[in-house]
Amino acid sequence: MTFSPKLEEKFAKMLESYPVGRTRSAVIPMLLYAQDEVGCITHELIEEVARRCKVTPLQVDEVVGYYSMLHRKPLGKYHVQVCTNISCLLTGGEELYEHASKKLGLGNKEVTPDGQFSLEEVECMGACSWAPAIQINYDFHHKVTPETLDKLIDDLRKAQ
Amino acid sequence: MRYNEPSPHEVKVLTKRFELPNSASLDTYLATDGFKAFFKAMEMSPEQILEEIKISALRGRGGAGFPTGMKWGFVPRNSPKPKYIIVNADESEPATCKDRLLMEFDPHQLIEGILIAAKIIDARKGFIYIRGEFRYVIEHMDRAIAEAYSRGYLGKNIQGTGFDFDLYTHTGAGAYECGEETALLDSIEGKRGVPRMKPPFPAVVGAWQCPTILSNVETFSSVPVIIRDGGAAFAALGTPKNGGTRMICLSGHINKPGVYELPVGMNLLKMIYDVGGGIPGGKKLKAVVPGGSSCPLLKAEECDVAMDFDSLTKIGSMLGSGGTVVLDETTCMVKFAHRIMKFYAHESCGWCIPCREGTTWLRKMLERFHNGMGQKSDIPLIDELAKNMFGRTFCALGDAAAMPTMSIVEKWPEDFEAHLDGRPCPFAHANEMAMA
Repeated sequence: MTFSPKLEEKFAKMLESYPVGRTRSAVIPMLLYAQDEVGCITHELIEEVARRCKVTPLQVDEVVGYYSMLHRKPLGKYHVQVCTNISCLLTGGEELYEHASKKLGLGNKEVTPDGQFSLEEVECMGACSWAPAIQINYDFHHKVTPETLDKLIDDLRKAQ
Repeated sequence: MRYNEPSPHEVKVLTKRFELPNSASLDTYLATDGFKAFFKAMEMSPEQILEEIKISALRGRGGAGFPTGMKWGFVPRNSPKPKYIIVNADESEPATCKDRLLMEFDPHQLIEGILIAAKIIDARKGFIYIRGEFRYVIEHMDRAIAEAYSRGYLGKNIQGTGFDFDLYTHTGAGAYECGEETALLDSIEGKRGVPRMKPPFPAVVGAWQCPTILSNVETFSSVPVIIRDGGAAFAALGTPKNGGTRMICLSGHINKPGVYELPVGMNLLKMIYDVGGGIPGGKKLKAVVPGGSSCPLLKAEECDVAMDFDSLTKIGSMLGSGGTVVLDETTCMVKFAHRIMKFYAHESCGWCIPCREGTTWLRKMLERFHNGMGQKSDIPLIDELAKNMFGRTFCALGDAAAMPTMSIVEKWPEDFEAHLDGRPCPFAHANEMAMA
């Protein structure tokens, strides 16, 4: 299994960066970066990461369930993550999540039939002073209102 | 997006470059006293550097507030094992959003702090463990590191000093528990982030079982100014045994939310009303989360307090991570307690029973209670469950879940009583009004 040239270069450097004999350390970063390209953690990906990091497939498989950002099924092309933790809760985060849920017609961790959008109610993403905050994939959006959320989603829909 | 509304109360030490154009560039850093501390440290012995940090009264900025000079002094410098620097940039404590700013606006300050720490223990390699959601921060930090390498401030024979050091970023993948230092170490080894028994402490048995200095981003970032201007000057900015400034993250029901660098020991009410501009709509203050969701909450009457580690410990709370959340009179404390517990139940690594089961039971009880299906006997039961979790879990996450819960049940029993007998939440309407 191969990845994009950029990712292959990154992985090669990554394996060299850890102390000698400690390539297991690359497992989680490799899974996350590869997931960006592959779409989700597949059995094939687990075997590939195990091979490159010189560990058993089980040693890779056993970490997947622990880390929230790793998922075994594909999410939407645009994964909308809405925080409802304390600072966002106090500034309308819960209402924003409900609004997103209605707008997208999705429940927590669900994906639209066309695979374009998915939604997740997430824990604190470290944007508390600019709440309510959301992420779409890796991009942060701060002080989000139902109106600005609508625009973000509508713009992404139009862009297809 | 501005990170705050500028306040005359700010003491811009760590954030002094934040407003400069190209603040993150190496040239900007060098033009503003950058790396002066590094060259000074190269001429100092490890003991001298540690002494200066001890004098500064710098205490861990991640949340535990342990004296940094003492912590870093625990590393056995004579050990034949390689030594490592690990930076905790997992920043996942609810209410906290400061480390991302330090890495975004002044990455070289962090790099310099790392190098000085490396000099103490003769470490040659370091990793910045950055939470997975902060992808833009990782890319930003990678660029700064690459710039430092290209100009000879990282790598072999740094600036002709003979000192070698390699620095890398390492991404997390979504796990609050990986901010716990020993769980972080397991995560960086490629495993599930499950905490380790302490002792041994990371200083002795750390990254890949080797002696390690592991501290928070803000802690490392504070070191250059301490070495450059002396520990005494840093200490003088705060209160005795609580030196320096802190990046306070104001959020919640506040007019001017933002991250403000303020002297350690500043009065909390002053922070809320003078820096934060008070509460929107002139509403009454009800509660404050002083330093992240793991802290016991403060009642409004308790907020006339100096925001330093010792003063808050004295009144039964903590300065913690510096995440200060303001709650006004429209807040339902039961709902708030539930949301906090939902977080901890999700983030529990699952390793030990009191945390794994305790956080789940408490979440379910608080949810049922808030939905009007609670009984009077649930109130002392919630308190008792939390008390049974406290101090009995493998790591501090159990304590972190117990402390805010106990404080809420004990300080706001009337909020709990208002939900008895199937009554609807009295604050639900108030919240709708606020959102309209």
